[in-house]
Amino acid sequence: MSSPARTLGRTSLAESWRIQRRVVWALLLREILTRYGRHNIGFLWLFVEPMLFTVGVTALWTATKAVHGASIPIVAFAVTGYSSVLLWRNMPARCILAMEPNLGLLYHRNVRPIDIYLSRLMLEAAGAGISFVVLTLFFHFVGWLALPEDILEVIAAWLMLAWMGMALAFLIGALSEFSETVEKLWHPTQYLLFPLSGAAFLVNALPAQAQHYVLFLPMVHGVEMLREGYFGSQMVAHYSLGYMAVCNAVLTLLGLAQVRKVSMTLELQ
Amino acid sequence: MINLVDVNKDYFTRSGPVRVLRDVNLTVARGERIGIVGRNGAGKSTLIRLISGAELPTSGTIERGMSVSWPLAFGGAFQGSLTGLDNLRVICRIYGVDAGKRIGFVEDFSELGLYLQEPVKTYSSGMRARLAFAISMVIDFDCFLIDEIVAVGDARFHAKCNHELFVNRADRAMIIVSHNAGYIREHCSRAAVLVDGKLHHAGSLDEAFAFYDQETAIAA
Repeated sequence: MSSPARTLGRTSLAESWRIQRRVVWALLLREILTRYGRHNIGFLWLFVEPMLFTVGVTALWTATKAVHGASIPIVAFAVTGYSSVLLWRNMPARCILAMEPNLGLLYHRNVRPIDIYLSRLMLEAAGAGISFVVLTLFFHFVGWLALPEDILEVIAAWLMLAWMGMALAFLIGALSEFSETVEKLWHPTQYLLFPLSGAAFLVNALPAQAQHYVLFLPMVHGVEMLREGYFGSQMVAHYSLGYMAVCNAVLTLLGLAQVRKVSMTLELQ
Repeated sequence: MINLVDVNKDYFTRSGPVRVLRDVNLTVARGERIGIVGRNGAGKSTLIRLISGAELPTSGTIERGMSVSWPLAFGGAFQGSLTGLDNLRVICRIYGVDAGKRIGFVEDFSELGLYLQEPVKTYSSGMRARLAFAISMVIDFDCFLIDEIVAVGDARFHAKCNHELFVNRADRAMIIVSHNAGYIREHCSRAAVLVDGKLHHAGSLDEAFAFYDQETAIAA
């Protein structure tokens, strides 16, 4: 506690980077094997699972003509909404209590908690990303969806949402190692956040007062931007890239600090 | 060279931090075999985990000037739903070595035959231990950390492990932790005694064991 604990080695930054890439890759492959196995469609589940969700939600919203306040393309509305939810909701869920099933691997010096989080998050991002692309192409092919108006804006918005998901995952995941309450609270929080997250409404359709409050949530900015990229000519988007970037940066900083704390206080037995 | 300077380790419990290692200093040169004896709960396994780098010290420094293994004899590094071979591949990828060339050795050494293609969760504890030991021999290290390895498999397999470790790797440094004085005497040139988290160095093996006997006698 008094003096800083250090573990000296002769590892340069470049070497560390090489080791970390190797370790994260090893964990990623293992994660694919343990989660999806070699049975039936195997790792295809990675994006088939989120795809099924998105298709289901799209079908429901199309059938019930869910409230979205404007005459916008409902399939594009659902695909963008749910694909963004997948990011900020599933990423933290995958990182909650992630150390326990991996304690065995942590006996290997180069495997650190951050590597376990990173491998899970990359897999999660890949699943959500692939399902987003495949769905867009599929719905376009069957004629339900026009391709995005501004593909670069779509990519930028998706990356912002993925960044937010990752930062939130670091924070929630690491905190769950210190307190079980975090795990218990995340489930209701995530349910309550869903209707507020912008997935199921356009900010422009809300009363001004509600707009003001809902825009405190960073993911709302991401979804609005995502939708502007998709069908901006048919809607008025409300978002601030700067606000979302600041939120993401703060979350990342807090998250990484907690991950470091997990690393420092790791107890294997 | 491995160098521990003023290493302290606290674990956090409901009733506050508990110091499990106090001001531990230790130097291990290349090729040197050092034994650390201590009763259950003296902090032996914690010390081994700190040297391996799996856990970090609360204060003090640990310098590793050579490659150091993970704590051997430890069989829990497996993912139960993966096969023995898949587990081997994971370890090889982590250490950046080619698993393909090592499968033969693991098949041979572990004597697991077709079971290598089965999920590890179907293994008996003896089978797990055999796989664990075979996999730990696959990666080459300058220094091996051995934590109570005596309990691996039956007598014949035990002899095979000892041969692989102490004959085929006679030039490597080893840190062996045990409460079994005989095992340390057989394989080490120097010993230190861990009592309540403090590491006592001794001039010779005999001195170390005399001190250990005295400590255990008092405690008993």
